[in-house]
Parts: sequence; C-alpha cells; structure tokens
Amino acid sequence: MRAPDTDLPIVLSGITVKAGAVTILDGVTQTIAAGAPTVLIGPNGAGKTTLLRVVMGLAKPDAGSIVWGNRDDAAKVRRAIVFQRPVMLRRSAAANIAYALGAAGVPRAQHETCIAELLSLVGLDALATRPARKLSGGEQQRLALARALARDPSVLLLDETTASLDPAATKAIEDIIRAVAGRGVKVVMSTHDLGQARRLGGDVVLMHRGRVIEHGPAAQFFAQPKTEQARAFIAGELLV
Amino acid sequence: MSGDTSALTLILSGDPGLYRIIGLSLVVSLSAVACAAVIGIPLGALIALTRFRGRDGVIVVLNALMGLPPVVVGLGVYLALSRSGPLGSFGILFTPQAMIIAQTILVTPIIAALTRQTVEDLWLEYRDELAAMDIGPAARIGTLVWDARFSLMTALLAGFGRAAAEVGAIIIVGGNIDGFTRTMTTAIALETSKGDLPLAIGLGIVLIAIVVIINALAWAARRTGERYAG
Amino acid sequence: MIALRNVTAAIFALALVTAQPATAQDKSIVVASTTSTQDSGLFEYLLPKFKEKSGITVKVVAQGTGQALDTGKRCDADVVFVHARAQEEKFVADGTGVKRFPVMYNDFVIVGPKSDPAGIKGAKDVAKALITVKDKGAPFFSRGDRSGTHSAELALWKTSGVDIEKDKGTWYKSLGQGMGATLNTAAASNGYTLTDRATWINFKNKQDLAIAVEGDRKLFNQYGVMLVNPAKCPSVKKDLGQAFIDYLVSPHGQQDIAGYRIDGQSLFFPNATDAGT
Repeated sequence: MRAPDTDLPIVLSGITVKAGAVTILDGVTQTIAAGAPTVLIGPNGAGKTTLLRVVMGLAKPDAGSIVWGNRDDAAKVRRAIVFQRPVMLRRSAAANIAYALGAAGVPRAQHETCIAELLSLVGLDALATRPARKLSGGEQQRLALARALARDPSVLLLDETTASLDPAATKAIEDIIRAVAGRGVKVVMSTHDLGQARRLGGDVVLMHRGRVIEHGPAAQFFAQPKTEQARAFIAGELLV
Repeated sequence: MSGDTSALTLILSGDPGLYRIIGLSLVVSLSAVACAAVIGIPLGALIALTRFRGRDGVIVVLNALMGLPPVVVGLGVYLALSRSGPLGSFGILFTPQAMIIAQTILVTPIIAALTRQTVEDLWLEYRDELAAMDIGPAARIGTLVWDARFSLMTALLAGFGRAAAEVGAIIIVGGNIDGFTRTMTTAIALETSKGDLPLAIGLGIVLIAIVVIINALAWAARRTGERYAG
Repeated sequence: MIALRNVTAAIFALALVTAQPATAQDKSIVVASTTSTQDSGLFEYLLPKFKEKSGITVKVVAQGTGQALDTGKRCDADVVFVHARAQEEKFVADGTGVKRFPVMYNDFVIVGPKSDPAGIKGAKDVAKALITVKDKGAPFFSRGDRSGTHSAELALWKTSGVDIEKDKGTWYKSLGQGMGATLNTAAASNGYTLTDRATWINFKNKQDLAIAVEGDRKLFNQYGVMLVNPAKCPSVKKDLGQAFIDYLVSPHGQQDIAGYRIDGQSLFFPNATDAGT
C-alpha cells in the first residue's frame, strides 16, 4: 500500500451535466463514504454512467461541485474505473496490467510481483501471456478489474461490469468485488441486476431521469422503499 | 546488362549488375520509408491527437499530398540540391542520398496521413481508458502508435509500394548513372528507351516479385505478431 | 516487432553510411551527356577502358543535349559531352565551358516503315525527302526535347525551306521524349523519324522500321566535349575532368572509339584531329 491518503468521502452538491439541450444529471447531491459497496440502480438513461464519470473526474459538471476527500482537484491516482465495455490494449494480459502499473507510477522493479498478485486475484494466472483481445468477455472484465486495481485505488467505480456475462462469469466477478471491498476499497457500482444489488450493496441509490430518487441501506431499501418509484422499480415495473 | 539476354537469364546467372540494381532499389526505397516513418508517424499521431485552428485544412492538405507528382518532387529536390541551388554545397545531386531525400518527401505524407487516420480511430476507442489512467499527451502518442503498430505496417507498406514503383523523381535527382544510381525502375525506363522491351518487361516482373516478397514478409510478421500480442 | 525495429534501424544506419558525401579520394567525375551516347552502348564499352587506364570512375547522366548543357551550366556536371555544335560554341562563349574539343562523329538517318508511304526510300537529298514527307502528310515523329537530334532535325527542315512551326500539320508529332522512346513510338505507329545511326543500330525494337534516307552530307552528326569552367563552378573536378577529355581525344581514346562495333558496323568515327569540326 502506498500513501494512506484517500479520496473519501466524495461529496457531490447540485451536480448538473448537460449534453446540448438534454439534461443528463439534474442537481445530484450525494455523499459517498467509506464502507460497503454503493450500488446505483435505475432504468436506462437515468444518468448512472454519467454520475460514475463525474465521480471519476472524467466528466466536468456544468453546475455544482464535487469534492474528493476535502480536495476539489484531486488527481486520479487513488480512483479507478472499469467501463461497461473496457478497452483491452493490444498486448498480453500481463502487459495490460504492467501498463496500468506504469501509469500509476509503480516502480518497474515491483511490476512482476504486482502483476502476479493481481492476475491471481482475478483468477487469470494461466492467461498472463494471452493477447488481451483474445480473452472471453468475462475474462476481459476480470482483466479490466485487475488493471483498475493496479492503481491501488481507495475508490473503485464499476459500470455495469456484469451486464453481458453468463451466471458463472458474473459470480467470478462478484467474488472479486467482495474480496476487494473486504480489503477496504470503496466500491461504487451501477447495475441492472437487482439481485446483484441485493447481494453486494451496502447502500443503494435509485436514479431516474438524472436525479437521485432514493438513497438508503440496501436491506431497508429493498424491504421498505420510501418512494413510490422505488417500490415500482423493485417490483419490476417500468419507470417512465 | 546488355546484349540479347532476358531478365530471367540475368537472375539465374547471378548477373552482378542486376543484383546491384536490385540492391540499390531496396536500399533507396527502404531507407526512404524508414526516414518517412521517423517523420511521418509522430507527425500523423500528433495531428490525430491535437486540436488547433486550421486542423481540417492541414488534414486535407496532408491527404492531398499523398498524390504528390513524383516528377515535381524530383524537380524541386533537383533545384535544391543542384550546385547552384540552396543545398548545392552538400554535393549530393546524382547520388543515392538525393534519391532517398526525394522519395522520403514522396512517402512521408502517405505515412503521416494514414497514421493520422489510424491513430485517430484508435484514440476514439482508447480515449476514456487512457484518461482514466491519467496518461499524459506524450505517453498517449506512444501508446496509440504502439497499439496501432500492425495497422501502421500497412501504411509503411503503402509508402514502400509508392517508393519502389516510382521513377519520375529518382531519375531526375539520381541521373540513372550506371552502377551508381540505377535502380529497377530507372533501368526499366532505360531498357524501354533502348527498345529492349523483353528485358524491360523482365525487369518489371522482377520488380513486382520483389514488392510481393516484401509484402509477404511483412504479412507474415504481422500474423506472427498478432498471434502473440493481438 | 522488435525484429522489425532492428531491421528498420539497420536500414537507416545503412542509409547513413551510403550517404557519406563524396570524399576527395573518390576519383570520379560526373559527365552530362546525351541519350544517344548512352543508348548506343558506347559508354558501357568505353568507360571501363578509361577507368582501367586512369582509375577514374565516370558517372554518366544521360539527357538531351539542351538539358545536358543546362546541367553543366548549373555546375552539376564536370564535363559535358554532347552533339549540337552551335549550342556548344555558345556554351564556351558564355564562359560556362572552358574549351570545345571535337571527338567523333556519326550520322543521322531517317528511318521509316518498310512500306515507305512517302516514297523517299534511297533518296540522296535529305531536304527533298523531307519536303516529300510533308507534302504527302506521312506521319513524322519529332523528339521535340531540345536535344542535339532535335536541333539537327529543325536545322534540316530549315535547309529544306520548310517553316516547320508554320507548316506542321497533324502528320507532324512532337513527342518531347528521348531517342529510344521516339523510335518506339515511330515503330508502333509506322511513322518516320530522324535518329542517330548509333542508337538505331543498337535499338532492339525496330519492328517494321528500316533506314529510308542516309549518306547526305547534311546528316553529319558531330560530338564535342567540354570541361565545365572551374572559374564559374568551383566544384568542378578540373584535373579529373580534363583527364577524361584528354583521353577521348588521345590516339588511344580515338582508337577505342573506332573499335566500338555492333554486328561489324562502326557506330562512331573518331575525328578529334580534323580541323573545323
């Protein structure tokens, strides 16, 4: 572990993001604190991906402010993101991780050990020399996770990481997420899979049309939703 | 390289004149491609990754320069390298170096333009991922060029094809001097003017065969590389 | 990929090595000459003999006479070896050339299709033959490239009393090409053209072409050689260039020129010692 500084808590106040005339995030105020994974749920177009990008620092809000651990210009060193469709660099699995280690400033001498640890964490030890682009979808997601973890993040953002995976591959990913969260890394993830939200979520954020509708501990959210929209969403009804 | 000999006879008999010509053709064209790659790849990548006023104009001009007329480039280089031209003191007119310079000018826009396109396409794909890893502009260029290396090989081959096939520029700046600046294409031009059409055609077939072999080697290298690095 | 990089690096290094500028020890000169001397094969025969005697490598850039004189004028050649006496004398008078030495001659011939549509075969007077070509509108191909042969052709029209600029019709085609290319075109389109005999004898794509007119004194084709003036062009290798000229006009050189034959025919006739050439 490197410097103990952290990006937590992440405090968003009145975050608004527009794309032309369309408002994607509409005054989101939300605090992300240390603890069990925070799960973002909501229908397509609710703004989950954009929220994650804002939290990562990849998208600039048109209005509102964001503070990472008391700083508003925090470098991305302590944060990492896995996109819904991660792009594999045209190199071997191990070289993909090496690249991320280099980008995070990890000394070259430590690369070999780190790569071995990370590959073993995501269960890809046997595929280290395989070209990353020849891996299956699930394997690519796991490699993307390893690549994100190479940055030794205090916050790990996951965007629909299991969206197109079969149950076995999904389980492999969930196990990794649990292990990572167990090490004290704050996971913020979006998902369509309510079961997954139940299985992994410490707290749940329901988003709809760019706004946060309801936020609360997972158990409470699913057992006693406070809003009509949350109740409808949990019941599998369409939010329009 | 005279008398009633066919190109095939010359090859089979190991005619040293022919081998010297083939050798010079390869050295000149491959050197020009190497120089053009050193200039064109970073230039193309830089244009792909930067936004500035007049960028569209630069791209249009760069794409248009892919069609530079060799004879015009030859003339320009000739005037520049001539003893009475601005670079005359180097004394390299009518030498292989002059031919390399002319072909570098012809090939650089091809490599730069194709690199620009390739790297820009790849950049769209990689942008988020590299931004998330906080990769700076210089490292970005390095990463994209390296990851586009197999596509860029096609750009290099396009440049090589242009250089190897070209006669207009090198015959002007090289002078087609026997044993010194005579290449496959200028030899073909000479044999045609001597009316020895069978030898000219034979040399042409040899030239095409060489270009095919180079492309086959590059293809094999690409396939092998992709298998291990994909 | 590493291998490819190494190859590229090696080629680059090789390019740099071959890119060493010509050093002082490098005994070589650049001679701007005409396509006819090259296409006739004379240089391939003569230069090794000269190199053996002198150790000097002669690099021949074969161009039309006008372009060759231009190359000399730009200081890009050490010696100019061409065949257009009036232009050569002007070159010397300008101070661009040091002195003109007559070296050898051959002659021009008019070649045309064996069927001889203009009916000039065997004519003894080239002027009459050309007038006939014009009157019959038989296809005639001109070099049109300011070469020595082109100058000679224009002079012949003039002697014939034809103002070719004014009288040329669709039958007269100016190609702007070298001798070989012009012969290729004439052969392919059954036309007449003026060529030097040396190029003609060595030309391999004659097809249906044959000599129609030869032997007239007016078809005489004199070659001259000049050193480019070092006073104007400091880069000129004066001693080496003069050594080549001295060789060409020496008894040895003249004998070598006379010895160049194809199928028993002499292509060039040395005449360095004749006055008034």
